[in-house]
Amino acid sequence: MKVLVSVKRVVDYNVRIQVKSDGSGVVTDGVKFSMNPFDEIAMEEAVRLREKGKVTEIVAVTIGGAKNEETLRSALAFGADRAIHIKEEGEVQPLTAAKAFAAVLKKEGAQLFLCGKQAIDDDANQTGQMVASLLDIAQATFASKVEVDGSKAQITREIDAGLETLEVDLPAVVSVDLRLNEPRYLKLPDIMKAKKKPIETIGLGDVGVAVEAGTKTVKVAPPPARAKGVMVKTVDELVSALKAKGLV
Amino acid sequence: MKHPFYTEDHEAFRQQLRRFVEKEIAPNIDKWEAAEELPRELHRKAAEAGLLQIGFPEACGGAEVDPFYGIVVTEELARAGSGGLIASLMSHGIGTPPVAHVGNAEQKERFVRPVLAGEKIAALAITEPGGGSDVANIRTRAVRDGDHYVVNGSKTFITSGMRADFITTAVRTGGDGMGGVSLLVIEGNTPGLTRSPLHKMGWWCSDTATLYFDNCRVPVANRIGPENAGFMAIMMNFNNERLMLAAQAWAFAQVCYEESLAYARERQTFGKPLIRNQVIRHKLVDMRTRNEAVKANLDMAAWRIGQKQFPVAELSMLKNFATTSLEWVANEAMQIFGGAGYLRGAKVERIYRETKVLTIGGGSLEIMKDLAAKQMGY
Ligand SMILES: Cc1cc2nc3c(=O)[nH]c(=O)nc-3n(C[C@H](O)[C@H](O)[C@H](O)COP(=O)(O)OP(=O)(O)OC[C@H]3O[C@@H](n4cnc5c(N)ncnc54)[C@H](O)[C@@H]3O)c2cc1C
Repeated sequence: MKVLVSVKRVVDYNVRIQVKSDGSGVVTDGVKFSMNPFDEIAMEEAVRLREKGKVTEIVAVTIGGAKNEETLRSALAFGADRAIHIKEEGEVQPLTAAKAFAAVLKKEGAQLFLCGKQAIDDDANQTGQMVASLLDIAQATFASKVEVDGSKAQITREIDAGLETLEVDLPAVVSVDLRLNEPRYLKLPDIMKAKKKPIETIGLGDVGVAVEAGTKTVKVAPPPARAKGVMVKTVDELVSALKAKGLV
Repeated sequence: MKHPFYTEDHEAFRQQLRRFVEKEIAPNIDKWEAAEELPRELHRKAAEAGLLQIGFPEACGGAEVDPFYGIVVTEELARAGSGGLIASLMSHGIGTPPVAHVGNAEQKERFVRPVLAGEKIAALAITEPGGGSDVANIRTRAVRDGDHYVVNGSKTFITSGMRADFITTAVRTGGDGMGGVSLLVIEGNTPGLTRSPLHKMGWWCSDTATLYFDNCRVPVANRIGPENAGFMAIMMNFNNERLMLAAQAWAFAQVCYEESLAYARERQTFGKPLIRNQVIRHKLVDMRTRNEAVKANLDMAAWRIGQKQFPVAELSMLKNFATTSLEWVANEAMQIFGGAGYLRGAKVERIYRETKVLTIGGGSLEIMKDLAAKQMGY
């Protein structure tokens, strides 16, 4: 069975995000990027499925500019057999990405599409669901456990009331949640071997997709700065301060 | 812009190490320091993260890469602020190379592979209570008896000595001087071997021991290389050890600098941040200046070793330059921190306590100067 895993290049989760002074976006110059952490979990799951003998080929796919090759190299170091780079230097919104991934999924004939439940840059949480809708195949989102058996998969997901288990027919889209697994450390020999694995570069036109901008970013602003706190000395002082603010 | 020595691969590996240190080491290091020992479990985890294998031949489970990877490992481990961690977790970095380079295939399987897999712990035992600097005159005796050697004597200051399973030990099998020294791997469970812990100024989480050998029977099959040819292997081993000690000195000096810079920006005195005082800014620039010089020197030496050169004089001078520079930088860091730096728990406090071991261990300052002078034909 073949699995397609989408990976996105995002500002590293350790970076303190700074908004550009003109409000047009966040500062990305000189900022560290890495693979979206949820996508690392998706990659790890794909590799574990292969180790269990459920998966024979892992293909990683990304959409974005030239620098996304780094992200694909990480995916290859994780254990992807090969990678597809849909090159697009401009802004890519979820629907465009979903259309492109759907086309690749179809062309590759992969039985499983694994992706992070969301990317930590825009937190859109849309792409996986859209891929499933576009292809009219099953979807199971926020997976905390994935079991593949022949032509079906059982997906456990965390919901407010506890755990829910879904059974989906393959091919299917599965988006992964934080607690599904803990991604491995990439070993140096694997990082080096990844250099020799093939990356196929294509354009959006090659998969018959045009860039669409369904939404327009009007303004990006940082969250309001927290006001300086006040130290109170006694409980009485605290109570009167709260009363003065009308909080009690 | 491309760096002459560091590639994307070095960077990708560094990111993995950083995650490993943040997750597995930083939250536990104070506990291990107090316990004066690292858990064995950590060696297994470090092997999983791929950092024990760096620089060892692939044939015995290693990753044969340029020396800059070793520097990257040291830099990332140093971020936890404990020299003992590096010394003890990486004690196979001095204990195992002689086996990997001079040993036979069977010895590599037995003594190298399980160490690189984090299942066994290796140590190097050269120094004796009678002296460390004068390696050619070690006194621990190994007398041949059939297919065994009978070993008597003692070793001291042995890093990972309390826990080690494989102790690469310098013994006297022949006459006086360097021509009578052999290397034996003495296994931790050998009858007649006893160990006692040493308590130190720094490097607390590294278990340092004195080892006593009382009629220890060691199979001849555990001898690394030909009889009486151990001295050369020991000297070759020192080259890399000294490069790595210099890397450690540079890495800790850089931690001191970064900690000091952050503190100087945050700490308010006389109504303004400390760093707004010219005298403090100058201290920081001086610290950085020395660090940059050490790093340039270190990178050049690493490059030469990568080219299979063994610049003994340069390595000796580098070790001295890097370690004395760390002493100076750590001192400035303590001054910038003021009282806060004097408290247990501050990284700079621990690093300050751990400067001296670097100017003494692996060849002391004076011995390094003598060696450099001799090499340069003075
Ligand atoms: C924490 C720690 C860990 C260590 N780990 C190990 C280990 O794992 N394995 C191992 O084998 N050893 C280890 N050592 C030992 C270390 O290598 C020795 O301490 C070092 O080689 C110096 O030897 P010494 O302490 O016997 O000092 P000595 O040889 O007694 O020297 C004392 C002082 O005199 C100076 N001196 C000596 N001879 C001369 C001379 N001819 N001219 C001028 N000055 C001279 C020295 O530079 C030094 O300053 C460790 C040491 C420490 C502190």
